Amino acid sequence: MRDIGRINNPNQDNKIIDACSIFGAMDTTGKRFSGEGVIRAIANMHDRGNGLGGGFAVYGLYPDYANQYAFHVMFLSQQGRQETEAFLKDNFDLIEQQEVPTRLAPPIKHPPLVRRYFLDINKNKPGKQSGDDYVLEKVMTINTKLSDSFVFSSGKNMGVFKGVGYPEEIADYFCLEQYQGYLWTAHGRFPTNSPGWWGGAHPFCILDWTVIHNGEISSYGINRRYLEQFGYQCTMQTDTEVVAYAVDLLMRQHHLPLEVVAKILAPPFWNTIGRLPKEEQKLMLALRQVYGSLLLNGPFAVIIAHHGEMIGLTDRIRLRPLTVGEKGDMLYLSSEESAIRLIAPELDKAWIPMGGQPVVGRLKVGAKNRVTAGGGEIRC
Amino acid sequence: MASRKNSVVKMDAGGVYYRELNANLRKAVTNSTRRIELRNVYGQRYIGTDLNKPVEIEIFGTPGNDLGAFMNGPRIIVWGNAQDGCGNTMNEGEIVIHGHAGDIIGLSARGGKIFVRDDVGYRAGIHMKEYRDRKPALVIGGTAQDFVGEYMAGGVLILLGLNLKEGESHKANFIGTGMHGGVIYLRGSVEEYQLGKEVGVAQLEDADRQVLKQLVGEFAAHFGYDAGEILKHKFIKLFPRWLRPYGRLYAY
Repeated sequence: MRDIGRINNPNQDNKIIDACSIFGAMDTTGKRFSGEGVIRAIANMHDRGNGLGGGFAVYGLYPDYANQYAFHVMFLSQQGRQETEAFLKDNFDLIEQQEVPTRLAPPIKHPPLVRRYFLDINKNKPGKQSGDDYVLEKVMTINTKLSDSFVFSSGKNMGVFKGVGYPEEIADYFCLEQYQGYLWTAHGRFPTNSPGWWGGAHPFCILDWTVIHNGEISSYGINRRYLEQFGYQCTMQTDTEVVAYAVDLLMRQHHLPLEVVAKILAPPFWNTIGRLPKEEQKLMLALRQVYGSLLLNGPFAVIIAHHGEMIGLTDRIRLRPLTVGEKGDMLYLSSEESAIRLIAPELDKAWIPMGGQPVVGRLKVGAKNRVTAGGGEIRC
Repeated sequence: MASRKNSVVKMDAGGVYYRELNANLRKAVTNSTRRIELRNVYGQRYIGTDLNKPVEIEIFGTPGNDLGAFMNGPRIIVWGNAQDGCGNTMNEGEIVIHGHAGDIIGLSARGGKIFVRDDVGYRAGIHMKEYRDRKPALVIGGTAQDFVGEYMAGGVLILLGLNLKEGESHKANFIGTGMHGGVIYLRGSVEEYQLGKEVGVAQLEDADRQVLKQLVGEFAAHFGYDAGEILKHKFIKLFPRWLRPYGRLYAY
């Protein structure tokens, strides 16, 4: 393995203070805001990462194409691009396509070509399959069968931007301060046991589900094999990918409420279950029997998002930090409170959730219309 | 960046990297400084580390992880919340937090005192230790999350639960798991299953009341409480049942 000591530890410290950083901000009224604050917040936790991965998810991003699936695709070769574009033309109505605007950012080395495609599926959709299932299947096909192409964002009116670099450098490269969204998540990476490559940066995304993660999913192998039975193929070479597919399976396909999903990913201990009232005990036992293979073992703090919801969750004994800030209609989740305070110094409430207890921000009633209103072009 | 008046130094920490900030602090305490005011603190780590003088550092903002790590003498007052690892391996001095604190507060502390007005996160007081007259104290005004006093090897941990409602008990599980030294005084009650299996429960004796009276008195003075009122309530004492619970684990 390449010696990353010089990037990782420029001051030659005998203790490396890295750990991933996660941050999320949501306006529960659906009002869109620029990424400027979120970028400052994640940059404030610079020392938690080591420059080998940074990324952002933005919801309410493409109101002008709110009904099309927006694919962000990275190409590692021209041949990959040709194959994938031919595949997209065969399987979708291509409404619009463009290169994702970037600006010259010296710290960003060897970026892949990143393009976005706004796609309709009306004509192509076979009978019974839902639109989402159709898209899921096509994303898996591109990521596993076509050369050098990775769809790393595939939802409607949202998008993921990510790559190798510190998060603030990735934001600069992709001009993220110019975009608007009502929900942002951001990640600074310190890869532990998987490569620091462009696809391996967080967030991980399928349809409009995204996940950012601090920690290590040691149950990755079991989770991955279980998800493969449902057509999810892991191609990003790192553990967090399974969380994105798990929430898509549990919440979109199996229609489970979030509170139940939290009990699948971070179930109570057996002796805690033993002390629960009978009915609840039955439910917890059933979840362990049916979904035992989706238990996430190992330390984690994650921020999961999809349209209308932002969810913070840690493992059952909170081996990674997560702190919450509330101010008016804004909800903030962060590895460190200082990052929240930097952009929202006067919080109504700041608190630290228990391990395994989800923290949820939901769009308020009537907020949905705002999310699809207004637009604007990005130029760098 | 720093201005100085009557042995009081004022520093604006806004945008200052933690290495530079801590270097500035080291420089500032070598003079006859008695008090340092730090404004606009947003997450700088290790504030107060490596300082050996009895200087007072007031922090306005949110200090970063490992506040007061390896500190040896100063008193730190935080007007806000502290993050994770506060008082890491601190040797002497005092940290007073007018708010809550994150995980592993007081980890491996070997001396000094930490007072927190509100709640603390996971694993408060993990592996605090003591040697002769070196006895760290951690006093928590609110309640704690799981694993409070984990692997505790010495010192005094007091959990007051002042923000619990009448009749509400502490929620923490795995209290004192692996505990093999020191003592926890808990105001209010816990169920048997909330305790680590190394932990015993006892009523307070006179010597315990002396310790409580002293530390709760200091706590009340810091945060404007009536110590007498706090001490009226029932306390229990949690202690390690064995000093070397795993001494024979690999000995056969």
